[in-house]
Order: sequence, then structure tokens, then C-alpha cells
Amino acid sequence: MLRKLLIGTMLSTALSVSYAAPSFAEEVEVLHWWTSGGEAAALDVLKKNLEAQGVTWKDMPVAGGGGEAAMTALRARVTAGNPPTAVQALGFDITDWAQQGVVGDLTEVATKEGWDAVIPAALQKFSKYDGKWIAAPVNVHSTNWVWINKKALDAAGGKAPESWDELVALLDKMKANGITPIGHGGQAWQDATIFDAVVLSEGTDFYKASMIDLDPAALSGPQMVEVFDKMAKLRSYVDDDFSGRDWNLASAMVIEGKAGMQFMGDWAKGEFLKAGQKPGVDFVCIRFPGTQGAVTFNSDQFMMFKVGDANKDAQMKMAAAIEDPAFQSAFNVVKGSAPARTDVSNEAFDDCGKKAIADLADADKNGKLFGSMAHGHANPAAVKNAMYDVITRHFNGELDSAAAAAALAEAVAAAKG
Amino acid sequence: MAQTQAEIVPVLTQRTSRAPKEALQEWLPKLVLAPSFALILLFVYGFIVFTAALSLTGSKLLPDFSTWVGLGNYVRLFNHPNWITALKNLAIFASLYIIVCSVLGLGLAILLDQKIRGEGFLRPIYLYPMALSFIVTGVAWKWFLDPGIGLEHVMHSWGWESFSFRWIKDGKFAIYTIVIAAVWQSSGFVMAMFLAGLRGVDNEVIKAAQIDGASTMTIYRRIIIPLMRPVFLSAFVVLAHLAIKSYDLVVAMTDGGPGTATWTPALFMQKFTFGRNEMGMGAASAMVMMMMIFSIIVPYLYSELRGGRRS
Repeated sequence: MLRKLLIGTMLSTALSVSYAAPSFAEEVEVLHWWTSGGEAAALDVLKKNLEAQGVTWKDMPVAGGGGEAAMTALRARVTAGNPPTAVQALGFDITDWAQQGVVGDLTEVATKEGWDAVIPAALQKFSKYDGKWIAAPVNVHSTNWVWINKKALDAAGGKAPESWDELVALLDKMKANGITPIGHGGQAWQDATIFDAVVLSEGTDFYKASMIDLDPAALSGPQMVEVFDKMAKLRSYVDDDFSGRDWNLASAMVIEGKAGMQFMGDWAKGEFLKAGQKPGVDFVCIRFPGTQGAVTFNSDQFMMFKVGDANKDAQMKMAAAIEDPAFQSAFNVVKGSAPARTDVSNEAFDDCGKKAIADLADADKNGKLFGSMAHGHANPAAVKNAMYDVITRHFNGELDSAAAAAALAEAVAAAKG
Repeated sequence: MAQTQAEIVPVLTQRTSRAPKEALQEWLPKLVLAPSFALILLFVYGFIVFTAALSLTGSKLLPDFSTWVGLGNYVRLFNHPNWITALKNLAIFASLYIIVCSVLGLGLAILLDQKIRGEGFLRPIYLYPMALSFIVTGVAWKWFLDPGIGLEHVMHSWGWESFSFRWIKDGKFAIYTIVIAAVWQSSGFVMAMFLAGLRGVDNEVIKAAQIDGASTMTIYRRIIIPLMRPVFLSAFVVLAHLAIKSYDLVVAMTDGGPGTATWTPALFMQKFTFGRNEMGMGAASAMVMMMMIFSIIVPYLYSELRGGRRS
């Protein structure tokens, strides 16, 4: 009886082992949070491409929380020693995982396809670790956009603002016209998105010194106090019920004409397009006044984990398929972002998309392309969230500008330690 | 398979017939309890030890026991403004929640205890909120208190234009809206506890007091409510640990906002461990929370066990 049991156990173990590593087909398991209609359809392009090459796509969508839920799921998988093939990830999360020594190596395919030449250096900072390619960038979202309702703009003079003073004048006129000048949602990351743009408008050197190099003098200096003063000024143009509102509801306010403009990344464009609005006709897209020529970005990338030799080839195929210009174009037209490669044709994009691609190339050439602090591309999660705390407390009136600048430097120093 | 079973059964019966029956009776409870005991030992106490060790390391994204920082995480924790906010909020939330729930629960129980008609219908009405999850309660109250769509909006549309209730959007008052929702959820449960206590009071005592000419007020004040002491204690322990663990209600209602005004220790733990990749600090905050809960539960258990031994 015992022997029978033993044989049974061995058989079932053998079965389960062979099930875990099927030798008959190549497979990629992909963890991501692109579950909304348009995004899922865009991802389907990638899936079809891989299936044509005989690679099975095993979907593992974990929606919600801007990827926080997905990262929690990933933690469990990696701790169990069974990571997915590819994982959608953002900015410093990629570096954090790379430091754990669990990511794969794409250098072979990257060299073959010449990624070094076509992907902006600012993005490579995240896609590479220790000189090796570990992630394939999908897109570049730029975050220093302003989305303005065209009718509201026309009613207030019709000229898109190019400087801080023009912006304030426009906001005043909109207020006088009886609408909420700024559609905004009071969530820490949304407050930080505006903050990002305001810091950038103080000059690219200041942005680099304060947000990326975390220079204590820049963080607590008079220029930072001025930034906080401007934030307080902008706060006065937001309606009273803004606290806790989701960003897409703030976009809806601008679409419906209840609010004049929204400061938000280019994913907001999707909301306008979904509502049947046309760029240039129903809404206007401009860079935050004073930041034309510079771009703050966040970039979705697929980071690749160490997988067995059986799936290595499929992983490489997937990496190559992500950087395929056809996919880059198809996906980013839907997503509202710019392609991660600078050599993709802009033919399929709308006016705002064309502007995004041109601005990105321009900023990259002039060294004015920076990772966005608000979206985890300027500093690690601990520092980013320490900044969020101060920004959102100031925006909600808990701190005055001078105290906020001092608290910012202090919080950053504490989070770094 | 049938064959193996047939083989096993005689073996078992053989053994039991050989061993004395008393021995089996003695061993059976231990055998049955052993798996759950082992599981609890590992998954509760084992992981408490694991978390304690983790809180002494500089773990960031994943547990990392190679970086040893001693009590550094605890020092950083108590210097962090968000943790201080969380502790202040806990003090406000826990004290109001426990006091209001106990008072309301006792009041409702006394009113329901007046042998009124339809008690069977009324009692579940107060108890049902307890059946909802805190997430559902939180979302419902978030909408209800939102000035744009909730109470204030309705009052305005009914013509009371000057009505204003926007605590949930105001950092100074937002924590009180969470108290309101939590009290709504839990006071029915406290009422049920008190009702059971009131039903347990010996009628003879009350009758004797009535014969002595005591008014109803006096009977309640001097006899019945003092007799409720153990119920107060149980209610306190249940409510206090719910307050320290409060997370889902806060997430659903304000997610810590406006600003950082409604952070609680549990929210702090989750955000630092999983959102900010500060696992060491998250573990330290979890340990502090556990110590708070233990400081409530242990004296309670001690007094319970000692009381049990005396009787």
C-alpha cells in the first residue's frame, strides 16, 4: 500500500512539474493594469503580434490604484520565487526591483535592434540598470499639460496664456464669467502634478536642482517659497468641493464647461476624445505657461524578470514586439501618450499628439526632458510621498508657503535617510 | 482506493481495541487541536516575531534581513509628522467612538427594554448596520456627507439655502465625520450587548427596590447601570481594538484626506509598507499598533481569567 502511495505521489509531482514548465509552446505571462476599454484594445495589438510568432499570452491583469495593487501582487509572486515574464512598471519601481537582483537582461535584443539610438536618454535611465537593458519602454506621458475648454477660453479673450501673469489674468476672467476656473481633484498626486508644472515653470535648472538632485538649498530657498505662493494662488481658483475628487471627474467638469481648465497629464486627453470632443475645436492643449520647450514625463515600461531558459526566447520576442514602431504608434494613439521611440511616424496622431511628439523630441535634444516628480520618475517612492505630504498639506491650507518650503526640505532629508 | 480504505480501517480498530479507551479519550482532543494550534503558532505568533524582526531592519521593497538598523525605524516613526497626525486622530477617534457608542448603545438598550410592542421588529433595525462592511458604510457616508451631492445639496434643493455641512471637506473636522459613520455602524451592536446584559439582571432585585420606593431613575442609576460593569468592559475592549485597527472606513471615506488630515495608524502602516516601499518603517508602525492593542487586551484577559479562577 505504501509503495502504491509513493508512486502516486511521485507521479502527481512529476505531472505538476511538467505542467509548470510546458515544453510544447512558448509563453509570456504579463502582469499589467491596462484594463480599461481603449487600453485593453491597444494591448491586444501586442498580443496578436506575439501570437503570430507562436508565443502564447497569459494575461494577468490587476486593476486599480495606478498600479499599486499590481505591485503588491508582484511582491507576492517574486517572494514565492515565481515572477511573471513581464510586468508593467513605472520609473523608480523598476530600479527598486532591479536592486533586488530579480530582473532579466534584454541587452541582446536591445543591441540588435539599436534601442540606444532611438530611445531618449532620460528614459534609458529607468530601462537600464548597471549598463544592462532590463525593461522595454512603451510610452512617454508628459505631465505638464493644460487642457482648456475652448468656449470658456473664447469667452475670456481667446488667447492661450504663455506666462504666469497671463494665466492669472485668464483665470480671473473665467471666474468673472461665473465658472470654476480650475477643474481639480484634491488627491495628493493631483496636487503634486500641478506642483511639478509650477516648479518647472521656474526654470529647468531649478527643477533639476530641487526635484531630481534634491538640493536642500533649492528645496527650502526663496524660489520654492514662490512656488508655494503660486500654488496657494491656484488653490483660490478651485471650487470648494474639490477634495477627494477623481481626476476624470475634474476632466468632465472642463468638458461640460463647468470648469475652465485642468492641469493634468496627457491621459486626460482620452476623456475629451471619449466625450466626442476635437482638439483645437472643442478643447485646447497647451504646455503649462512658462514650460514650453521643457517636458516632464512618466513612462510605462514592461520590466522583464528572470525566467527559465524555456521562456527566455519568448521574452526576447515580446521585448522586440514592444519596440515595434507599428505597436508603438497603435498603442499610443489610443493611450494619448507619445511613443517611447523618437523615430515613430506621427501620421496617425491628432494635433495634441503631434505636438507631444514634437515637444518630446525637442526637449530631449535640448536636455530639457525630466522625469516627473509627481509620477515617480524624479525620485524613489519614499521621497516622492514625503513631498506629496507637504504639497497636499500646503494646498489644503495646513501650512503657509514659508513653512511648507522648510517642511519640504526636512521631509526629503528624513525620507532619504 | 476502496482497497486501501479497507486496509486502513481494521488497522485503526485493532489499535484502539488494544489501547485502553481512556488513553484515546485523553489524546483525541489534543490530536484534533494540534493542527490548528500549529497553524496559529506559525501564522499568528510566528509572523508577529517576523514583523518584530522586520521592524529592526532597513527593509525597503522586500524583506531584507542583511540591513540591521536597530531601533532606527522607531525613532524615524515618532519623528514623522504623519505618524503624529495618525496618533492624534486615533486619540480623537477612539475616545469619541467608544464613549458615544457606549452611551448610545446603553440608551437604546434601556429604551428597548421597556417591554415595548414590536421589539422583535425594532431590534434588528439597529443591528443591521453591523452586517455591512466598513467599506459599504464608508462609501455611503462619503456620498451622504459630500456637499456637492449629499445632505447639503438636498437641503439647498429643498430651499434651505444657508444650510452648510462640509466637515468632510475640511481638514479640521474630517476626522469627526469618520466618527459619525463608525458610531452609526457599531452602536447597534453595543446596544445588543447591553440588551443581553439588561435581560440578565435579576428581577427580584428590581422588585425589592420598587417595594422600597425607589424611582425608575434611581433603580437604573444606582442598581442596573452599576450591574452593567462587565458589559462596559467587553464593549470597551471590542470597540477599542476596532478603533486601533480602523482602516477600511477611512480608506472608503477620505483615503486620509483632505491633505493628511485623517491618517490613522493602520492607514500609515499600509501606505508605508506597500505604497512607499518602506517596509521596515511599516513593520515598526505595525508593532506599535500591536502593543497598543495588547495593552488593552492583556489586562482584560488577566482580569477575566483571575475572576474565573476565583469563582
